[in-house]
Amino acid sequence: MVAVLVSLRFRSLWNSLQHNPWQLVGAIVGALYGLGMLALAVVGFALLSVAPLDLQRAVIVGAGSVLILGWVIAPLVMVGADQTLDPIKLSPFPISRNSLFVSLTASGVLGIPGIVTTLAALASVIVWWRHPLALIVALVCAAIGVLTCVTASRAFMSLSSGVSSGRRYRELTGILVLIPVMLLGPIIIAVSDGARSIAGVLPAVTGVLGWTPLGAAWAVPGDVAAGAWVAAAARLLIALATLAVCIAVWRRGLDRMLSSPLRSNSSTTTRSGLGMFSRVSDSPTGAVMARSLTYWMRDPRYAQQLIILPLLVVLMSFYSFTGDGNSIMPTMGVILAAYFLSSGVYADVAYDGTAFALHLTTGVRGIADRAGRALAVASFGVPLIIVLTVAVVAITGDVASLPGTLGVTIGIALASLGAASVTSALIVFPVAKAGENPFKSQPGAALPSTLAMLGTFGAATILALPVGILAITTIVTGSALLGWITLIVGVVVGAAELVLGIVVGGKVYDRRGPELLMRLRS
Amino acid sequence: MSGDQTGPDPSAQPPSSHAALSIRGLVKTFGAKTAVAGIDLDVPAGSFYGLVGPNGAGKTTTLSMATGLLRPDAGIISIHGVDVWQNLVDAKRLVGVLSDGVALFDRLTGEQLVTYAGMLCGLDRANAVERAGDLLTMLDLTSAGGTLVVDYSAGMTKKIALACALVHAPRLLVLDEPFESVDPVSAANIRDILAGYARGGGTVIVSSHSMDLVQRMCDHVAIVSQGSIVAAGTVDEVRAGSTLEDRFVELVGGRRHAEGPSWLQSS
Repeated sequence: MVAVLVSLRFRSLWNSLQHNPWQLVGAIVGALYGLGMLALAVVGFALLSVAPLDLQRAVIVGAGSVLILGWVIAPLVMVGADQTLDPIKLSPFPISRNSLFVSLTASGVLGIPGIVTTLAALASVIVWWRHPLALIVALVCAAIGVLTCVTASRAFMSLSSGVSSGRRYRELTGILVLIPVMLLGPIIIAVSDGARSIAGVLPAVTGVLGWTPLGAAWAVPGDVAAGAWVAAAARLLIALATLAVCIAVWRRGLDRMLSSPLRSNSSTTTRSGLGMFSRVSDSPTGAVMARSLTYWMRDPRYAQQLIILPLLVVLMSFYSFTGDGNSIMPTMGVILAAYFLSSGVYADVAYDGTAFALHLTTGVRGIADRAGRALAVASFGVPLIIVLTVAVVAITGDVASLPGTLGVTIGIALASLGAASVTSALIVFPVAKAGENPFKSQPGAALPSTLAMLGTFGAATILALPVGILAITTIVTGSALLGWITLIVGVVVGAAELVLGIVVGGKVYDRRGPELLMRLRS
Repeated sequence: MSGDQTGPDPSAQPPSSHAALSIRGLVKTFGAKTAVAGIDLDVPAGSFYGLVGPNGAGKTTTLSMATGLLRPDAGIISIHGVDVWQNLVDAKRLVGVLSDGVALFDRLTGEQLVTYAGMLCGLDRANAVERAGDLLTMLDLTSAGGTLVVDYSAGMTKKIALACALVHAPRLLVLDEPFESVDPVSAANIRDILAGYARGGGTVIVSSHSMDLVQRMCDHVAIVSQGSIVAAGTVDEVRAGSTLEDRFVELVGGRRHAEGPSWLQSS
C-alpha cells in the first residue's frame, strides 16, 4: 500500500507537470537548484572533514538546525512549493491510518526537497570519517534528522491550518501564524549578522542550538567523536523526543483532518442589517465598495495582506535600528507598504473566484467594478499610509521632511491602486479559495502572480516618477516649499492616476470580462 | 476568444425577435474539443423550457454563452430581440441567471448578497433591500437572512442564488441545474415559485438531468447531445407517445444491457 501511494504521488506530480509547462520549468529549475546546493554541500563536507572538531560540530549543528527550520517555514511562506497527497481525498479508500501515515511520510521524504535533504544529510556523514564510531552514529542521526524535517513540517502545517475547529478559529490561526513567520526572517538575519560580525560567537550559538530540538540530532555525532558520552545520550534523547512529538502532533492532525468535517456550523452567528451596504453611496460602485470592504474585514486572505502593511514598516525600522541606524529605512518601509497596498486590488478578481460571475450576469459596468474595488482599499489604505508616514517621521524626528514624505507615500499608494485596477482586469492567477488556508500552495501560481505584482509595481513606479523626482529634489535642495509642492503634486497627480487607472481598467474589464471568468473557472 | 464580433450566421433563418431566447448557429470549441457544434434554438416567450442531455453534452456551455458569461466562437444569440453579444448590458437586464458550479460571495449574509445583486443591476438601495426582503420571505429564508451564505446548506445556497437571479425582475430566467443537491421539499417549493413566475408571463429555461422532473414541470423541451440539438419542441411532441426518459435514451444512445463483470455479483 505504501508503495502504491508513493507512486501515486509521483504519478500525480508527473501528470500536473505535463499539464502545466510553467510548473515543469519551475520543477526543473528547482531540481537544478537542489542539485547545485547538494554539490556545494558535498564539497563543503569534504573540506570540513579535515577541519578541527570544534568547527565541525558548530557547522554541522548550525546547518542541521537551519535545515529543520527551513522545512518548518518553507510550506508556510512559499507558493506552489509542493504537491503532496491530499489525505482528505484518500479518506474514502479502505486504507488504515497507520499505512496512510507511513505513506504520507514516505512521499514527503521522496519529494524533490526530501531527496535533496536526505542526500545532504547522508553526505554530511563523511565529515566523521576519521571517527568510525561517530560515523555510524551519524548515519542513524541523519535518518532521525531527515524524518524530523518531514514530520515537523507536517506537524506545523496541521497546527497552522487548525483543521479541528470551526471556520472562524481556523481562519484566525491562519493569520496569527503569519506574524511570527514574517518576523522570523529579520530575527534570523539579525542573529546571523551578529554572528558574522563576531565569528567567535558561532560555536556558542550552535552550542545552545545543539540542546534544542532543532540541533540535537546533528550534535550527537560530534559528542561521540569527542567522547562526551553523557552529552551524546542526552542529545539523542532530545532528538528522539522531538521526533516523537512531531509524529504525534502530525498524527493527531491527520486523524482530525480525516474524521472531522471541514466546515462546522457550530459558530454560526446571525448578523442583522446591511452592514457596509447601508453606509456607501447608493450606486453599483457603492455596492462593489461595500462588498469589498466586507471582504477586507471578514476574509482572512485579505486580512493577511492588511497585516503585511504595518509589518513591512516594523521590519524596515527593525533593520534600521539593528543596522547603522540609517533613517531612510523606515521611510522605505512606508513606501513599500504604499506599493503593497495595491496587492489587495490586483489579486481581487482572483480572490472572487467564480463568484465573479455575479458581476458578469448582473451586467455591472467595468468602471463601477474597478472604482468600487479601488475606493474600498483607498478608503482605509490611504489613511493607514498617512498614519504610518507620520509615525515613521515621528520616530526619525525629521519633522521638516513630513510634507515631502507624505507626498511620496500618498502619490505611490494612489498610483499603485490605479495600476492594479488595470492589472487585475488583465491577469488572474490561482489563489487560495475562500475558506482555504491562505498558505495552501497553489500549483502554477508563482509565475502569473509574480507577473501581476511586477506589472503593477513597475507601472506604479513609472506613474510615481514625477513625485519621486520632486521628492529627491526636495532632499537635495532642502527647500521646505518644494516639500509642500511634493505633497500637493503627490495627492493631485496620484488621484488623477487612480481615476485614469479606473477608466482604463474599466474598459479592459468590459472587453475581457468573459475571458476573466473562463480563466477563473479553469 | 476572438473579438466582440461573432461570425457570420451559418443558418438560413435570422433569429426570431418574438422568442424569449433565440439562438442561431452557435459554436464553441475548447482547444480540439467541440463543446457546442452549431445549435439553433427558439424558446417561446412565456414557456417553461427544459434543456436535457447527458453530461458534457454542452448544456452549461450553451447557457453560459446565452447569458453573456462565455464568448461564442460563432453564432447569434438574441434575448427578446436584443443581440446578447452586441448589447451585453441591455441583454443582461432582461435575464436572470442561476449558474451551476460557480461560487457565491459567501462572506455576505443572505440579505446582503441579494441586495448586492440588486444594486449591481442598477436598482437603488431602498428598492433592492425591499425586494431582497420579499424574496427571502418567498423562499423561506427570512430566518437565515442574517447568516453568512458560507454557513448555508446546499439547498439554501441554491435558493439564495435563485433570489439573486430574480431580484431585478428579469423577463427570462436561465437556471443551470437548479435542483441539484436540493432536498425534495425545497425542490417542490422552488418548482412552485418557478411555475408562478412562468404564469406571470416570464420565461424559464431549466437544464436538468432529471427527465421525470422536466416532463412534469416543463411545457417545452430540447434534447442536447454532443453539442447539437437532437430534438426540440413541446414535451408531447418530443416524447412522441413514449416517456421522455425512453425517448431520451433512444435519441442519445449509450445504454448498455450487460450485468457487469462476474466478480461484482455478490450472490
